[in-house]
Parts: sequence; structure tokens; C-alpha cells
Amino acid sequence: MQNSKTMQAPSHKRGNSGTSGARRLGDRIFFNATLIFALLIVAILIGLLIVLNMDAMPAINKFGLAFLTDSSWDPVKEVFGALPAIYGTLLSSIIGLVIAVPVSLGAAIFLAELAPRWLSRPGSFLIEMLAAIPSVIIGLWGLFVMVPVIRNPVESWLGSTLGFLPLFQGPPFGVGFLAAGVILAIMIIPIITAVSREVMEAVPDTQREAMLALGATRWEMIQKAVLPYCRSGLTGAIILGLGRALGETMAVTMVIGNSYAITESLFSPGVTIASKIASEFSEASGDVYIGSLVELALVLFVITLLVNIIARLLVWRMTTVKAVIG
Amino acid sequence: MVHEAVNQADKESRSEAVAAAPVHVRNILEVKNLSAWYGNMMAVNNLTMSIHSRSITAIIGPSGCGKSTFIRCLNRMHEVSDGGRVEGKVLLDGKDLYARDVDPVEIRRRIGMVFQKPSVFPTMSIFDNVASGISLTRLWSRKRDLQDVVERSLKKAALWEEVKDKLNQSGGSLSGGQQQRLCIARAIAIAPEIILMDEPCSALDPISTLKIEELMLEIKKDYTVIIVTHNMQQAARVSDRTGFMLLGELIEYAPTKEVFTVPKDKRTEDYITGRFG
Ligand SMILES: Nc1ncnc2c1ncn2[C@@H]1O[C@H](COP(=O)(O)OP(=O)(O)OP(=O)(O)O)[C@@H](O)[C@H]1O
Ligand SMILES: [Mg+2]
Repeated sequence: MQNSKTMQAPSHKRGNSGTSGARRLGDRIFFNATLIFALLIVAILIGLLIVLNMDAMPAINKFGLAFLTDSSWDPVKEVFGALPAIYGTLLSSIIGLVIAVPVSLGAAIFLAELAPRWLSRPGSFLIEMLAAIPSVIIGLWGLFVMVPVIRNPVESWLGSTLGFLPLFQGPPFGVGFLAAGVILAIMIIPIITAVSREVMEAVPDTQREAMLALGATRWEMIQKAVLPYCRSGLTGAIILGLGRALGETMAVTMVIGNSYAITESLFSPGVTIASKIASEFSEASGDVYIGSLVELALVLFVITLLVNIIARLLVWRMTTVKAVIG
Repeated sequence: MVHEAVNQADKESRSEAVAAAPVHVRNILEVKNLSAWYGNMMAVNNLTMSIHSRSITAIIGPSGCGKSTFIRCLNRMHEVSDGGRVEGKVLLDGKDLYARDVDPVEIRRRIGMVFQKPSVFPTMSIFDNVASGISLTRLWSRKRDLQDVVERSLKKAALWEEVKDKLNQSGGSLSGGQQQRLCIARAIAIAPEIILMDEPCSALDPISTLKIEELMLEIKKDYTVIIVTHNMQQAARVSDRTGFMLLGELIEYAPTKEVFTVPKDKRTEDYITGRFG
């Protein structure tokens, strides 16, 4: 109240209370409209959770928490557990990140800091275009072009040089966690690169010049001025990529091999939550079977939600360290 | 109390500096026919001047006349800007900065710079901000030395008393004036031979301004200072020589007293008496 009064006062003096009233009405309409949209989003989210929960009820009632730790998936006996799918989802996403992060950051640094303008503009555009390729096309390419290459030479070479690690043991199938991870990397590189590049370009030139003026080389400038300045944005870019990797369905389904098992070897076929749902939902029958697939979806929902919350906290911590201590 | 003590000490050092000034004067920088462009736009036009060592040289002139561009040419920062291009020579102790075999990184270590807007590194602590230049050169690997240099630089920049208890806090936590002094501490920490200051006081209150002026008078005992300023009183107070620029050209360059009392050029007179600019 106090505020609105003090804000009103000067407009009366200027004698244009009419326009200011109209503006306040406009403000109020705008405020209420945006509020409704914001609430709508929250409502959709909650509604989604409720519907998923209801559909998953038969499975939740039957298996309880054991659903998360059980590794079987037997539609005949109607025994279902989510562990291999959770494992495959996390493993393939981690492989994807391990490959994608260095490549994307390198590409972003090149485009934002090193490339001459005539190269940087079209380069960025091309990379952003990559993000627009439908995932089924990437999946087809992965199956027919990439998987044979992964089987031989990649997997056979990894097996013969790093074969002492359990990760790289076993027969080279081609399709499997490694193929899924690589395909995920290919799919998230564009988005991580594009966002990182933009974040780097938002670093003020004064920061770069300040570092150069101290006698920094170009690389020292990037490393000590640019990257630290935008690290929270870079974290955000990576998490964005991770979020996409966790939920990616089509391409992964095509190259992961769809075997419901937990194995250490990256060469063996596996499964992710999304690929399991996609490949079985249309033929699933029975409340418990369908309920289990829906519960898988619920688990994926919670995982992505957790990842986003953790990302928020990370970004928030970094920026408040800057704002409070700094 | 503290301020008074600092002022007192600096006043003494000021009179000392004035007395000591004429002893070792040489031309540390010789600018010869320097022109600078942004793309096709010429910002500095065929400028020639010599800068005396261990002195303060002020560059004055109306906004947009090319002062910043000019001093950025002196430590090869101009070429960093978009479309930045330079012609002519800048001799540092007789050696051309723009010669083929000269590494700009090396030049920037010898000729430091304080920018118009304070540009602390917000993710670094106050300590690391001051140490950032030194740790680049990797000459100061020992922690102890680093601490000494940081303390000395902060003291010289008249900031030590205000930050000595919070060296680990971020540089972004300081006020604008403190940030500018932090930038000055950072620049003098690498012990350059010449320090270029682009309107270092434009965002500061009178007390911080005074402190920085005292600092300039103090450091000119060891260094050469070139300062761009819009503040005519400041130029008159601190500088030994003053150059007046207009539209990219150096109109007049002479001992400060002469420029402000008996300017040779009509345009200089008009500017310093406030008739334009
Ligand atoms: N990055 C840039 N790109 C293109 N033109 C520029 C750039 N920076 C400056 N200029 C132009 O160059 C001319 C000289 O600019 P400069 O910054 O050197 O002026 P200045 O004397 O420092 O002015 P001020 O006192 O306002 O700081 C101006 O006409 C300006 O518009
Ligand atoms: Mg300027």
C-alpha cells in the first residue's frame, strides 16, 4: 500500500494520472496473465505426476521399493525390476558426457575465442543445425555406419590395449553401451557447444582485455579470465546436455542392443529406461506390466528432476559465491 | 586517522618527488607518426611525441578525440579491438614495439594498463586479483614472495588498510573506487616500467581520487605514468607534461604549466577555458 501511494504521487503532479492508471491496469493484466501461465506449468507438472502415479499403481503396490533394486524383467511371470534400465540410463549418459564435454568445450572455445569471424559465424550455425537432425535419422546412421566402425576397429582395439580393465572386456558386439554413449555424445555435442559458445561470448571484453593487459597469452586469457567468469553458465550447458541424454529415446533404442542386463563391459548390449519404454509399451498387456513401464517413466522423471535440481544448486552456489562473498 | 597519516606521508613524498624529478629524465617512449584505425575509421592521426621517464604525462581532450585509442597503441592493446590497425612507430628505449620480432605479451608485461572501467576478476579473491599478473609470469612461485608483493602493491594503491582482513573475499565485493584501486594494485604488482591509466578516477569520489593522485606521484619515482583524464584540475595537479588531443591529432604538447598558463594553440586555450569540449 505504502508503495503504491508513493508511486502515485508524482504522476498526479504531472497531471497525467489517466495514462498512469491505464498503465497500471495494463501492468495488472500482464502480471495476472503471466501468473496464470506460470501456475499452469506447475499444474501440468503436478497433473503429469498424478497420472503417472495412478497408472503405475499396480506395479508400485506389487513390488514396492524392490522395483528399484530388482534386475528381472519377466512379462510371463509378471516380475519386474528397474535396476538394469536405471544402470543403462546412467551409464550411457555418463559415457556420452565424458565424450561430449571436452569436444563441446573445445569447439566452443574455438568458435568464441579463436576462430576468425568469417569462420565462427558459419561454424556456429552448422553446429546448431546438427541439433535439429531428428533423432531417428541419427539412429539409422548410427546403426548402419557407426556401429560397424565401433565393433571394429574401435572395440577390438580398446579390448586389446585396455582389456585389463573390466570396462573393456568381452566380445565386441558393436551395439551396446559404448555405441549408445557415442550416439548420445553426438546428439548432445551441438547443444552443449551452442550454449557454451553463447555463454563465452557473453563474457565482457573488459575481462579479456584486463587479462591480456597483464601480459597473458591468449590461452592464459581464456583459462584465467573467460572460463572462470562463465563457469556457472558452462555447468548449465553441460547439465542441459545431460538432461537431453537421460531422456533420449529413439537413437539409443536403435543402437543399445536391448538386452535387460547389468554388465561391467561397455561392449555388451544393454537398455535404458527410455528405450525400454519405447520398445515395449505398444505390446505390453496386463495392469502390472503396463504399470511397471509407467513406473519406469516415473523413475526417469525423478532422475531428470534430481539432475536439474542439482544443476540449479550448483549454478546457484557458484553465482552466490560471487554475489555474497563476492 | 589512517587517511590523515597516509596523506601526510604522501605529501612528504610528493615534495621529495618534485625535488628529485629533473635528475634522470630520458625519453623512455618515442612515438613517431603513429596512426590508428578501427576498420576504415581513423582514430589517431599521425601522432608524434616523446614521453619522459619517471614523470607523469597527461593526455587531455574532448570525448571521442582518440585518447584511449592512443594509449592503447602504446602497449599493443589496440590490435585486440575489432578492426584495430596501427601504423607508425613506438620506440621503447629505442626499440620499436611494432617490429616484427616483438612479442606483444612481453610488451604488455613491461607496459601495464589500468582501464577506464574497473575490471576486477569477479571469480578471484582480492589476493588472487593482485597476484593474477604475477602468477602469469611464473617468476613468483614461492608463496612467501607472492604475499610480500601483494601486500606491497595494495599498500601502494592505498587499499591495504581497507582489505587486509578480507583478502580471501571476492574482488567483486569491493566498491567501485576500491575496485579501481585494486586494478591499480594489480597493474603495479607486475612492476611494469610504464603504467598507462585511462581515466582511472572517472568513477571515483574526491577522496579516492585524491588517493590515486597521491599514488601516481608516489609511483612516478620508479615508474613512468601516462594518464588520460577529463579532469583539467587533475592534469594540472599531478602531471609534468600535458598533451592536448583533438580529432585524433596531438595539438599541443608541453610542460603542464605552459599548457595551462600560456597555451600556444587557440584550440587548446578554448578547451582548457571550457569554451568547448
Ligand atoms: N571498438 C571501437 N570500434 C570502432 N570505433 C571505435 C571503437 N572504440 C572507439 N572508437 C571510435 O574511435 C574514436 C576515438 O575513440 P576513443 O575511445 O579513443 O576516444 P576517447 O578520447 O578515449 O574518448 P572518451 O574521452 O570518451 O573516452 C571515437 O570516434 C570512437 O567512436
Ligand atoms: Mg576513453
